[in-house]
Amino acid sequence: MRNKLTAVLVAAIGIVTVSVPLLAHHGTAAFQNEKKVTLKGTVTEWVWSNPHCLLEFDVKGDDGNVVHWIGETQNPVSITNVGWSKSAIKAGDQVTVVLFPVKNGQPLGRVSAVTLPNGKTLMTGEGESKEVRDKLEHDARAAQPY
Amino acid sequence: MPHFSGRLAIVLVPALMFSALFVAGARPRTAEPQTQKSEQKAGAITAPKTSAVPRRDLSGTWEPANGPSDGIQPDGVKAMPSDGKPEHQLPYTPYGLQAYKSHHALFGADENLPEFNNDPRDKCEPLGFPRMDFYNLRETQILQNEYKVAILYEYGTIWRIIWTDGRPAPKLTDGGVLIGNEVKEPRYYGYSVGRWVDDTTLVVETVGMMGEDRVWLDTAGRPISDQARVEERLHRVDRDHLEWSVTIDDPKMYTKPWIAMNKFPMKLENPHRDIVEQYCSPAEMENYNKRFANPASAPAGQAPQR
Repeated sequence: MRNKLTAVLVAAIGIVTVSVPLLAHHGTAAFQNEKKVTLKGTVTEWVWSNPHCLLEFDVKGDDGNVVHWIGETQNPVSITNVGWSKSAIKAGDQVTVVLFPVKNGQPLGRVSAVTLPNGKTLMTGEGESKEVRDKLEHDARAAQPY
Repeated sequence: MPHFSGRLAIVLVPALMFSALFVAGARPRTAEPQTQKSEQKAGAITAPKTSAVPRRDLSGTWEPANGPSDGIQPDGVKAMPSDGKPEHQLPYTPYGLQAYKSHHALFGADENLPEFNNDPRDKCEPLGFPRMDFYNLRETQILQNEYKVAILYEYGTIWRIIWTDGRPAPKLTDGGVLIGNEVKEPRYYGYSVGRWVDDTTLVVETVGMMGEDRVWLDTAGRPISDQARVEERLHRVDRDHLEWSVTIDDPKMYTKPWIAMNKFPMKLENPHRDIVEQYCSPAEMENYNKRFANPASAPAGQAPQR
């Protein structure tokens, strides 16, 4: 099952792997902290909740198989601080998701970025330098001071 | 007297002229210049009338000065994080070290695997005080009147009251605190009294908190007992800046008092700022565990759940 899953990912979706260090203090033991994958799919649900928001999306492979993925972000306060919102994503949206997949091969991961139908990209700051994360926070606050 | 009249004239004429100028320059209250109106449209920050430091006043919406994330404290108390460094090792008593080891924290120098996690936070138990100062210290509102200061934390939408009406701190006793002749129960957020040591510094003493069977000190699993005394110093540096310091004195867990937060800087936010909720919902936690955390922790080779 895992080999089939891996084959679907590799053959059909187009994986981009980039080595980046993940923030150790966010409980990252379950994730492949060095590799990001890029997935294109359709949102089935955007769950705005604690302790993590969940982006659920279906990815259709070239072989026609649909894999249901779930990407988690940090809690609503943390991602609001870097420019996300509940209304930014909705079911039916065609999105491109960059995430750090889990180590055990399940279609789960921690989101790095999402590109929305309007072309805008939301970043979580996961795996990025402090400078990048600070800028995300600064820009989000400047866009909505209160 | 003739010379008096002359001098009086010298005084009066300029006085009259000055008065005339003053009256001519005064604006009727109802006519607002155009520039003031455009500054008040939505999105503009209204400048306060004075830059003087408010006296005995901590009121405001405060956020960590070094960025919204600076108070998250994922590895434990800000001044002594659990990072393995010798200078951040806490002065545990033997019982304190045993209590620490019984806390299977997900973070810090001795982090555990998720399946061993026993942090009461993850059951949405009340974090209690002083952990509230050390867990996601974010946008914090302080309101006060002549009797009390109220601290409203963003996480959990939790408040605590600091009495400034001159009452003494309760005395610690077996099973709780003594207030007058009555033994009162321990409280998650303790019993706090504050006194102004000068016009800009409030010193707060808190006793009567819950014990180590209910609460942790921080996310790295450090312990705190019901015998602890916590001293906070909230110092308003200037109109826009506050420094928050916390000292832990817990003879059951630690051999001496130690500083957990050392002049942690907060800055004043726009008072109109709307604060997002951060909360712990058992239903949402269960949903998250079912949909994500449990499958993510499963051994490799299992079929995807959907």
